[in-house]
Amino acid sequence: MTDFAGLEPIAMDFSGAGGGRERALALLLLSMADDEFVIGFSDSEWTGIGPILEEDVAISSLAQDELGHAQALYRLFVDVVADGRDADAVAYDRPPDGYIHARLLDHPRGDWAWTIARRWLYETADAARLAALAETSYEPLRQLVDKLRREERYHEMHVDAWLERLAGGGAEPRRRLEAALTAMGPDAGTVLAPLPGELALVRHGILAEPFAAIEARWRAVTSTRLIGLGLAALPPTTDPDHARSGHSDAFRVLHADFTMVRRSEVGATW
Amino acid sequence: MVMAEPTELAVVRDRLATVHDPEIPTVSIVDLGLVHDVRVDHGRIEVELLPTFVACPALEVIRSTTAEALAGLGRPVDVSFTFAVPWTTERLTPAGRIGLRRAGIAPPSERSAVRCPFCDSAEVAMDSAFGPTLCRSLFYCRGCRQPFEAFKPI
Repeated sequence: MTDFAGLEPIAMDFSGAGGGRERALALLLLSMADDEFVIGFSDSEWTGIGPILEEDVAISSLAQDELGHAQALYRLFVDVVADGRDADAVAYDRPPDGYIHARLLDHPRGDWAWTIARRWLYETADAARLAALAETSYEPLRQLVDKLRREERYHEMHVDAWLERLAGGGAEPRRRLEAALTAMGPDAGTVLAPLPGELALVRHGILAEPFAAIEARWRAVTSTRLIGLGLAALPPTTDPDHARSGHSDAFRVLHADFTMVRRSEVGATW
Repeated sequence: MVMAEPTELAVVRDRLATVHDPEIPTVSIVDLGLVHDVRVDHGRIEVELLPTFVACPALEVIRSTTAEALAGLGRPVDVSFTFAVPWTTERLTPAGRIGLRRAGIAPPSERSAVRCPFCDSAEVAMDSAFGPTLCRSLFYCRGCRQPFEAFKPI
């Protein structure tokens, strides 16, 4: 189980969220929002320098989608927590250790093969998570998930086509792809690591099944795809107890970047 | 509760038909299928709109243009966005599909059924699923040899 002890006071003073169900729901929403926010911001670094023009446009669209999804999820989070903060305050006003995105997203965007590998690992895991929320009993989330899945379908098609292209694109693309998958594979499962209180989520019909079951199915499907492309199956997740804490230096640099405007003029409306 | 006169609701709907997507001046938000609900009661005009894409940056512009169009009817106006039902491509009206073509954008279809908005050729190829806005893809027409955009089916 992910250890949130160190960051509870900073990240999640859920004073308005009550116990049990609300607290677990808030944690689920924040973890999803932070995942989308961090990968969206990180991938937006490609805008203007994508490998070809169409891809520059595509990755910028994908990043924009993720940031919009993060915003919608942060809004659901602040509705549950109801502590007076708005979505922007949650997105920008926490210190780096207050974020609970998965360790997979602590890696920098790297080169293009690295970005594709990270996106593929993330998108497949995110799709599995959204599928487990398709019939959620929390109606605002059910409505949003219905919408998100229609958009994410394009993300999955895009990144899977790129995975195949790099895997079969000759020695250099393949070498880079394999290096990225080897480096990030042990962190891929962190997106679907168990969350504190998730049994309450399952009991209340918010989440279809525990994350361990979602992860197992995702692992089987992704490994089949990787092996089909002549790539190695994913290794087990290392240090699953710190799946969403102890962030990297690369994330601290990213955090300094994405909070810069907000910090430069406190209280301003941009 | 004071219910609005039917005529008043009709006036609101007429005005909504004058609000256009900021990037597609030939299609109203009504024909785009963005209008989810319109209520005129409790002394207020309430309009609920559906975002085409969650991250669409035009949402705030559409919200404020809609509110401006409904100003001056003697009631406070409240325009909000909802995910109550997902906006899908099927919500476009026939007039909306014609309006898209007039703007040089192929209306949404299955990829195999997309036709060039300029010459109506079916000899087209998709260059990229991602275009200049979240809701559009890039195509090329082999008939008139022009690139064009197509609304993304969703």
